[in-house]
Amino acid sequence: MLTRVVRLLLPAALLAAAPPCLGLAQAQQPAAVAAETNPPAEAKPLEVRIGLITRAVPPPPLYDLLAVPEDEAVAGAELAVKDNTTTGLFTGQSFALETTTLGEDEDPAQAARTLAANGTRLLIVNLPDAELLKVADAVKDKDAVIFNVGATDDALRAQDCRANVFHVAPSRAMLTDALVQFLASKRWTKLFLITGPQPADLLYAEALRRSAKKFGVKIVADKPWTFGPLGRERSDSITRSDALVFSRGVDADVIVVADEANDFGTYIAFRTYEPRLVVGTQGLTAATWHPAQDAYGSAQLQSRFLRSASRTMRPVDYQAWVAARMIGEATTRTKSADPATLAKFMRTPDFSLAAFKGVPVSIRPWDQQLRQPLLIAQPLDIVSMAPEDGFLHQRTPLDTLGIDEGESRCRLK
Amino acid sequence: MTLLRPRRLAALLAGAAALLGADVASAYTVYVSNEKGNSISVIDSTTLEVKQTVKVGRRPRGITMSPDGKAVYVCASDDHAVQVIDPATLKILRKLKSGPDPELFALHPTGNPLYIANEDDNQVTVLDVEANKVIAQVPVGTEPEGMAVSPDGNTLVATSETTNMAHFIDTKTNKIIGNVLVDARPRFAEFTADGKRLWVSAEVGGTVSVIDPQTRQIIRKIDFKIPGVSRESIQPVGIRITKDGKRAFVALGPANRVAVVNAETFEVEKYLLVGQRVWQLAFTPDEKLLFTTNGNSNDVSVVDVPDLKVVKSIKVGGAPWGVVVSPQ
Repeated sequence: MLTRVVRLLLPAALLAAAPPCLGLAQAQQPAAVAAETNPPAEAKPLEVRIGLITRAVPPPPLYDLLAVPEDEAVAGAELAVKDNTTTGLFTGQSFALETTTLGEDEDPAQAARTLAANGTRLLIVNLPDAELLKVADAVKDKDAVIFNVGATDDALRAQDCRANVFHVAPSRAMLTDALVQFLASKRWTKLFLITGPQPADLLYAEALRRSAKKFGVKIVADKPWTFGPLGRERSDSITRSDALVFSRGVDADVIVVADEANDFGTYIAFRTYEPRLVVGTQGLTAATWHPAQDAYGSAQLQSRFLRSASRTMRPVDYQAWVAARMIGEATTRTKSADPATLAKFMRTPDFSLAAFKGVPVSIRPWDQQLRQPLLIAQPLDIVSMAPEDGFLHQRTPLDTLGIDEGESRCRLK
Repeated sequence: MTLLRPRRLAALLAGAAALLGADVASAYTVYVSNEKGNSISVIDSTTLEVKQTVKVGRRPRGITMSPDGKAVYVCASDDHAVQVIDPATLKILRKLKSGPDPELFALHPTGNPLYIANEDDNQVTVLDVEANKVIAQVPVGTEPEGMAVSPDGNTLVATSETTNMAHFIDTKTNKIIGNVLVDARPRFAEFTADGKRLWVSAEVGGTVSVIDPQTRQIIRKIDFKIPGVSRESIQPVGIRITKDGKRAFVALGPANRVAVVNAETFEVEKYLLVGQRVWQLAFTPDEKLLFTTNGNSNDVSVVDVPDLKVVKSIKVGGAPWGVVVSPQ
């Protein structure tokens, strides 16, 4: 198990510039006003300890064009902790990040218990669904709060939901709703769904079928992919005639691929008989973040990340950044480092975060999912941002993405 | 002896007529920075037409002018410099040491120094514009942007977009003397002419906080509600307040409107429909016209201030960001 602690100490130069009175006037809604507080100059900063649990990425068997970087999630959380620390200089708060990178056979539950026992009870977790649940249940009685930044499973927000877990990663339902909203707004309403063999692919396909029904588009053909990971075979002899004729004769506007492992989705475009656009897990995709995103001040976040991580920001990095910034923002507003106090505040309508999407993001109280706009993007370009214009909701258009309160099967406990 | 060319002679005569004519409004020059056009559009305030487009550094955003009208300052963000343009010739005179990624700045009322927000480095650079020398660098919150100097020149305010604060800085010591937490993503700060109020917009929070700079308390938060426009798309950015302190104009970003606010009661009186994604505003010195930069429709809307009507939209360069009007 690899453990890495980043403790951002207040540089002397900054302390010299900060005045003895770290004044902070916080206005209470609606219009009442709190006094500017003057903590004593020698007061120790309030320490906020954040843990991050992730798993070492096994090296790919072959050269992988789209390999996951070793520091995915970690680089995002580290940047947010830096951002929080800058703010903390003015509010008398300090932030530390302790990252645990699990080896192949190491138990995430044990890692979580160790962190909690050492007083780190705000845990950002980048693990698949079953492991995330193990972590949540292992620290259930330890007053810890979990931020899921990696698992998109709808079950985690439904029958398997937990009161101590906030979901920063979007659910599959949100991802497919965003994509299908875009297709519906383009009037591309005839979909040909191609589903991979893995369990995650089946779940993605299930979410897509639900979204199609929700937004009134039609799945005109629904076929499993049975030709193997052709997208990974980068040789000069990868053309397979059975794969080429597979899509022939289907009258569809677009092909939707369900291939979360990235095994074949990239293979399909330009190899079909009829000219067809490819959307879904490859081609045009829905995501929380994208390297081409530069609107709403995103260019600043992109360049900060590029400077600190020496690579572009990926969705999981962004999700980890949001999680750590949620902790920072809640700490600023509540002046507390207590996980229960922060979690309670995050569940209220008073909590929101500026997350470079143009509108504030916030928490849905019924399943503790972060409501957020999603980018609709092709590999090098942003095409749109969901929710699309015209998709309305009595609460906020953001709630047209994913599972709404009335249909939620989550009973928080 | 040099003979005047006919065209220049005509211009001279027209100028003389303008000086004599009692009805002719004062002619000011309006400078608009085009963030994606890498240019400045120069507009005549009487004809309301673009006279000239000037190439400048990359990603020009903040733009201001010296009180004597002899220099236009532009933040060329991606060139990490502030460029100084001669308004007479529209030539770039020199480059100033702005620190990295300058976004927005404020000039001291005396015309020197210039206070620059370095967005990527969480600091404010204090620059002597005559000597082109950095006097101080003041660490502030994450992503500083909004900058304002009090009319008496004693206090500088910087807003930090990710820290969500207005930082008050003493201009004599260049040290922070206080911080006020406002709503999410504060982008702009503006003092009233009497210096008794500071208005700070919060783009993502959707509010404007009115702060008493003496006590550093928020005395009022202004909300905006527009029928048929979602709450999320109301994103306040630029603010301008008339010199008599009676009326404020607030640009509301993707709501495509400028709010007219009674600056004494803080009630919103009217919403003016302008171009798309309106960010920054500037009055003519006589406060008869207000210019708005509309970043997504690539134009500038002109508001008749006494009538509260939008009278024209003027096509400019790509993604207009900032605007300043000549003092004379």
